[in-house]
Amino acid sequence: MSAVLEVTDIKKSFGGIHAVNGVSFDVREGEILGLIGPNGCGKSTLFNCILGQLTPSGGEVKLDGQVVTGLRPSELNKLGVSRTFQLLQVFPKLSVRENLILAGQEHQGNMASRLVGRSDAGLTEAANQMIGFFKLDHLADEPAGGLSYGQQKLLDAAMAFMGGPRLVLLDEPAGGVNPSMLADLKERLVAINREKDATFVVIEHNMEFVMSLCSRVMVMAEGKVLAMGRPDEVRKNPAVIEAYLGH
Amino acid sequence: MSGFAKPLKIALGLAVIAALIVVPMNFNRYGLFILSQWAVMSIAAMGLNLTLGYAGQVSLAQGAFVGIGAYAAAIMTTHGWPLPAAILVAIVLSFAVGWVLGYPALRVQHHYLAFVTLAFSTLAFLVFRNESWLTGGIYGISNIPRPHIFGLATNRPLPFYYVCLGSLAIVSLAVWWLIRSPWGRAFMALRENPLRAQSLGVDTRRYTLMAFAIGSALGGVAGALYAPLTQYIDPVPFNLSLSLDLLMMVIVGGAGFYFGPFLGAMIAVLLPEWLRFTEGYYLMLYAVAVMLLLIWSPTGILGILDRYLAERRTKAASALRAVAKSRLETVQ
Repeated sequence: MSAVLEVTDIKKSFGGIHAVNGVSFDVREGEILGLIGPNGCGKSTLFNCILGQLTPSGGEVKLDGQVVTGLRPSELNKLGVSRTFQLLQVFPKLSVRENLILAGQEHQGNMASRLVGRSDAGLTEAANQMIGFFKLDHLADEPAGGLSYGQQKLLDAAMAFMGGPRLVLLDEPAGGVNPSMLADLKERLVAINREKDATFVVIEHNMEFVMSLCSRVMVMAEGKVLAMGRPDEVRKNPAVIEAYLGH
Repeated sequence: MSGFAKPLKIALGLAVIAALIVVPMNFNRYGLFILSQWAVMSIAAMGLNLTLGYAGQVSLAQGAFVGIGAYAAAIMTTHGWPLPAAILVAIVLSFAVGWVLGYPALRVQHHYLAFVTLAFSTLAFLVFRNESWLTGGIYGISNIPRPHIFGLATNRPLPFYYVCLGSLAIVSLAVWWLIRSPWGRAFMALRENPLRAQSLGVDTRRYTLMAFAIGSALGGVAGALYAPLTQYIDPVPFNLSLSLDLLMMVIVGGAGFYFGPFLGAMIAVLLPEWLRFTEGYYLMLYAVAVMLLLIWSPTGILGILDRYLAERRTKAASALRAVAKSRLETVQ
């Protein structure tokens, strides 16, 4: 299996604090890679460095062998890299359907055709499919700001998939989502992973969720990679138990 | 406005348009001047509504762009150029300057951005006043001609009112198209959540600059009509208070609502005139009316309507849910 994403020696410091201190790993085509570690270990900062939301202090990010370090988030997104957020990030005053249409529109045509061309071009249809897929039908015309926390999390995930991404970085998708909705979410993620050949990297604290969803798990602590391997290997690793899982 | 049936909306719209065409035929010179001013200010406010109401970029410089358009039109038409050419130049010029003014918005937001645009507003005023070789300085530019449209002179108030109204119609259609296109959605994404927008491929830099440039260009259009309307311009009408007036029109009408600027301009231009019968008190009453309105509804006049319609929708939806639930219980 070839690597979709290769991260080499990424560093990010804020003043004297080394939030990410030389992290290297790769993500293989079609896998679901889990990323775990205690709060403040640099997981989200690593995501932000990979996605261009932060400029790394050092290191390199390659997508399909091409260096993409320093590209803007919108440019990376157009190359097929998408994300969800740890905290709620939807467009509260737009309806659920409009949120999804917006999530897909920049992947079609160019600036000029988006102004003077057909303003829909199949986007509504694609949004409706996504609404059905995430079981948000009854909420399609509601303003996104009025949805419950868990529903907004689902919408956030649905938005990440609108442009047909190849690689999706999910930052705590299960946080604050109730168990029945969580089972739904996992089922959706697995389905998209298999059917659409999308590769995922998932930050998550819910161990059960991570261990059952992911093919490999990477553990971070204090800005560094502590362990990387199959879920059952990682679970038995003494260093991981010491740093994170507890006794 | 989604709560009204479509035919009703169309009928209402046609009635308003017909009234705007027919009723002013009986107006006197002053009435026509005020109504023309309403049309011109609506155009400028629509521009600011794009920048501020839809894209969420605070600007205290819209009055300066009206000034840029007005001076461009005044200088060109007094040198024999036709007004349409002057309007085109006003659009290009204020678009370009607005684009440049958008760059600070890529770094600063909210009240910091307000201050940057306020400084620009002052700068523009100083240029209008001090560069007398071009602008006539404090003496301004007089004898600004009104255009011939298809060979018809528009010197008299009524024909020129129709020029303003026609321009308003064209701008309204263009803005309607813009906000319903993906651009409009991207503008709203800038306002609601720029961070999320970026990660969905929205080129926030380019859209921010465009929001400033297009909004400013509409300010330029308004200015290019203002010059032949008053037929005399000097720097004073384009100082900071015009920018603040336009900001008030957008907020009072309802920022981010399509019809907000029309209503806001109506209140700012017409309400003081209607209150004139109170003589010395009319400006005070006007100020109190605006304050009360904003305390009652911080989201402007259309905010009231929007809240009412949302309430009705929620009630209808919960009624439907209640029916569905009782059916479910009966089945069980």
